[in-house]
Amino acid sequence: MVSPDRIREMYGDMLTARHYEERLQEEYLEGKQPAFDISAGPIPGELHLAAGQEAAAVGVCHHLRPEDTVTAPHRPHHVAIAKGVDLKRMTAEIFGRESGLGKGKGGHMHLFDPDVNFACSGIIAEGCPPAAGAALAAKKRNEDSVAVAFLGEGAIDQGAFLESLNFASVHNLPVVFVIEDNDWAISMPKERVTDVEDGSDRAAGFDMPGVRVDQDDAVAVYEAAAEAIGRARDRNGPTLLEVQVHRRMGHFMGDPQTYRSDDDEEAALARDSIDRIESELRDHGVDDDDLASMRDDAETRVEEAIAWAKEQPQPDPEDAYDDVFVNPPSGVTTEEPEFELAEVNADE
Amino acid sequence: MSETNDVIDRELTMSRAMVESIAHEMRDNEEVFYMGEDVADYGGIFDSTQGLLDEFGRDRIMDVPISETAYLGAAVGAAQEGMRPIAELMFVDFFGVAMDQIYNQLAKNTYMSGGNVNVPLVLTAAVGGTYNDAAQHSQTLYGTFAHVPGLKLVVPSTAYDAKGLMHNAIRDDDPVMYLFHKRLMGIGWMPAPDGPKTPVPETDYTIPFGSADIKREGADVSVVTLGLHVHRALAAAESLAAEGIDVEVIDLRTLVPLDTETIVESVRKTGRLVVVDEDYRSFGVTGEIVASVADRDLGALDAVERVAVPDVPIPYARPMEDEVIPDAADIEESVREVVSSK
Repeated sequence: MVSPDRIREMYGDMLTARHYEERLQEEYLEGKQPAFDISAGPIPGELHLAAGQEAAAVGVCHHLRPEDTVTAPHRPHHVAIAKGVDLKRMTAEIFGRESGLGKGKGGHMHLFDPDVNFACSGIIAEGCPPAAGAALAAKKRNEDSVAVAFLGEGAIDQGAFLESLNFASVHNLPVVFVIEDNDWAISMPKERVTDVEDGSDRAAGFDMPGVRVDQDDAVAVYEAAAEAIGRARDRNGPTLLEVQVHRRMGHFMGDPQTYRSDDDEEAALARDSIDRIESELRDHGVDDDDLASMRDDAETRVEEAIAWAKEQPQPDPEDAYDDVFVNPPSGVTTEEPEFELAEVNADE
Repeated sequence: MSETNDVIDRELTMSRAMVESIAHEMRDNEEVFYMGEDVADYGGIFDSTQGLLDEFGRDRIMDVPISETAYLGAAVGAAQEGMRPIAELMFVDFFGVAMDQIYNQLAKNTYMSGGNVNVPLVLTAAVGGTYNDAAQHSQTLYGTFAHVPGLKLVVPSTAYDAKGLMHNAIRDDDPVMYLFHKRLMGIGWMPAPDGPKTPVPETDYTIPFGSADIKREGADVSVVTLGLHVHRALAAAESLAAEGIDVEVIDLRTLVPLDTETIVESVRKTGRLVVVDEDYRSFGVTGEIVASVADRDLGALDAVERVAVPDVPIPYARPMEDEVIPDAADIEESVREVVSSK
């Protein structure tokens, strides 16, 4: 039984994540009208928004502590919010500002917040091996922290994912792999490119539990994740967890989605995880005023982060040359010691 | 092939020209097929396969799982059976996922078999930055693929070249990497500069690899470049002409084979060499070109400059990306430098 307080917390993060994506969409499209030019506007480049995927992120991450590691893919904002990434600095990064998480160098697909052990990568499935590595470090150090790798259902055909499952299983690592199944790998529906209907079935080949939550239900995800995270924390090995989510927006902003039927899009919009958790809260006696006030709080948080980000200075062009290394190119020394070495083969 | 004296005025974008040659080869040869992510219904994220699904169907325009090792490796295997696959890496940056298939199988099987096996595969990939897509989606990696022996490497800069080079790539019995710059394709949401859209013959034609094209003749400085930077160099040349500096712009068109002869002849004429590319500066294309000229005729070189991405990953934010990807002003500055130094 999930406590009402925990449901409220998850709801708050889901509202924040949803409003965040809707506001970023607006900001992104600014300057890209009437003709869409990907490099124009206050947020240039690709932007992959996660509206419709909040349930998976909050249901899993609300079991985690700051020292637990999370890796996310190219669609990372909702996971970052659920993991407690600094929203202002993350937003500044997305706007390419100097005080962003990566000083404007990374952008929205490459967010790193070591304070809460969050990272993401723009290459499909490539967050899986580092998550296994974080789990390996926890095991070696006898710490009870865990790692979670988020990936899309399109990523389950990738070697990095499959190899990580085996590695984690063989080494009994405290890691959970979370598949966010939004049915689409850009334009490719999963039945065209993947042999199994349920990605969680992959677990059977790697001697670990495979669990699927078949609906966009944060509370159900939370319950399933309790077992998976608990298993990892108790040193009982990895789990593969899959959550059915839905994609409310295109793969990236500007995606015409001509490959997608209207029916599919409408069906996705109809199964809203936020409506679902709202009705759950109502069942717990939360009234309209309370819900509205939580919505206001989430919106305020997002607006403050965006406003703060937009006030931050642009990086200097010259900043591009910093941060390739943390040590000087020479390493930890600039001098080589002098030894007296015997001649090689001197006694022959 | 029938020759005609009519002036060709039908202009195509680079992506249309590429697609036209692919479609032509697919009609001629049932063994040609195209595999990649989002190449069917979407038509390629960068328009590389627009319209092909309608004509050729899913058996020949194949969407594939996000499994680069599997499908690029499968393309190698099918090619070794004598088919003529074209396989697409959506972004060249994704090469790392399938590096073994590219570097150790595709590139080397011909040699290791003593020429008993050949791999008639075209590996296409989108390259380049200038639109703030950051470090994992903006590279060109020209030098990375030119470095390993066994891959021919094509980088078109215009629609005309794109078509003729693609015909040659598909018909070639060896592996060809065909790197198209996103900014040149003529995609609606990523405006191209003037230049890549050119008249293109409707007939098929082949452009030989290893034949650099002098895109602008000039007497004072040889600018050697490829891809997007052909157009940036041409823009720089126009500005410099107003200052009385006459720039020759050489478009390499292929890195492997490299047309050293055309470069050396040009440098013998001008004495000054500026090499421009959008890859990392060190251990890459610019250094190789300078070394090739020095090997052949050191005495011809009075002054040399390199213009490339300084040795940093491509940063996201606009001011920093603009700083590291060479623009026309950077090229002009280096041209003035070689002119003033000698």
